[in-house]
Amino acid sequence: MRIPILELERIVLVSIQVDLTDNDAMQFQSDLVERVAKIEALGVAIDITALDVVDSYMARVINDTANMVRLLGAEVVICGIQPFVALTLIEMGRGLLGADCAFNLAQALEILKRRIAKRGDTRFIEDEDV
Amino acid sequence: MSEHFATERLPIRSMLDIVTARHAARELCERLGFGKADQTRIATAVSELARNVIQYAGEGQCSIADDSQGTHRCIRVCIEDHGPGIPDLEQALCDGYSTSGGLGAGLPGTRRLVDEFEIQSAPGATRITIALIKRG
Repeated sequence: MRIPILELERIVLVSIQVDLTDNDAMQFQSDLVERVAKIEALGVAIDITALDVVDSYMARVINDTANMVRLLGAEVVICGIQPFVALTLIEMGRGLLGADCAFNLAQALEILKRRIAKRGDTRFIEDEDV
Repeated sequence: MSEHFATERLPIRSMLDIVTARHAARELCERLGFGKADQTRIATAVSELARNVIQYAGEGQCSIADDSQGTHRCIRVCIEDHGPGIPDLEQALCDGYSTSGGLGAGLPGTRRLVDEFEIQSAPGATRITIALIKRG
């Protein structure tokens, strides 16, 4: 099972729509990091609305992926965490998910655009009325 | 109270079995009338424990049972393996402790998700039983 990775300008969008096995999760991580590097993405939004279980392993994969993306030079926002997933993650332990979050994809994109604009990265701003 | 739902026994041999086990636990939890929060708790707990089985023992099994009594609803999940066992239980139940490079939320984190948590471990026989109870 491979997660489709979409590109919108230089923002990368991924929406995890299925329950991933551990191997799927690792595959997702390397596919995403590779794509971000290839197109020199400025921002990444990871939508996990469809995940109804995020255990400590999956939380680590998401965290690590977010950190890897940041290391490459892109901004990253996770979005769509289900309320019961948030509840369970916090009950299991604080700090399981440390990346920046938003309610939905639209908000995530707004945050990314704002941050990218703040960085003054002309590659992106040229296409926007900033 | 009507009859109990049948106990499900599932093998834990592959990563896909982790997904199957957590689905089965969630499903029974829902059928027993637990809310979404509890469904998520049990599914997550089963996922953690089943992964430990794959990681440390290679294989094992999981039984998911309706242990309701009277008006009390109870889902009980038992996960067993014949792996090397947990050498230092006390340490394994401490926050922040991990031998696998995880975040160390595994056992202590799982324990916080459930109402009952029992663990027996010796070389060749590890058994962890967890339960969620809803008083009716």
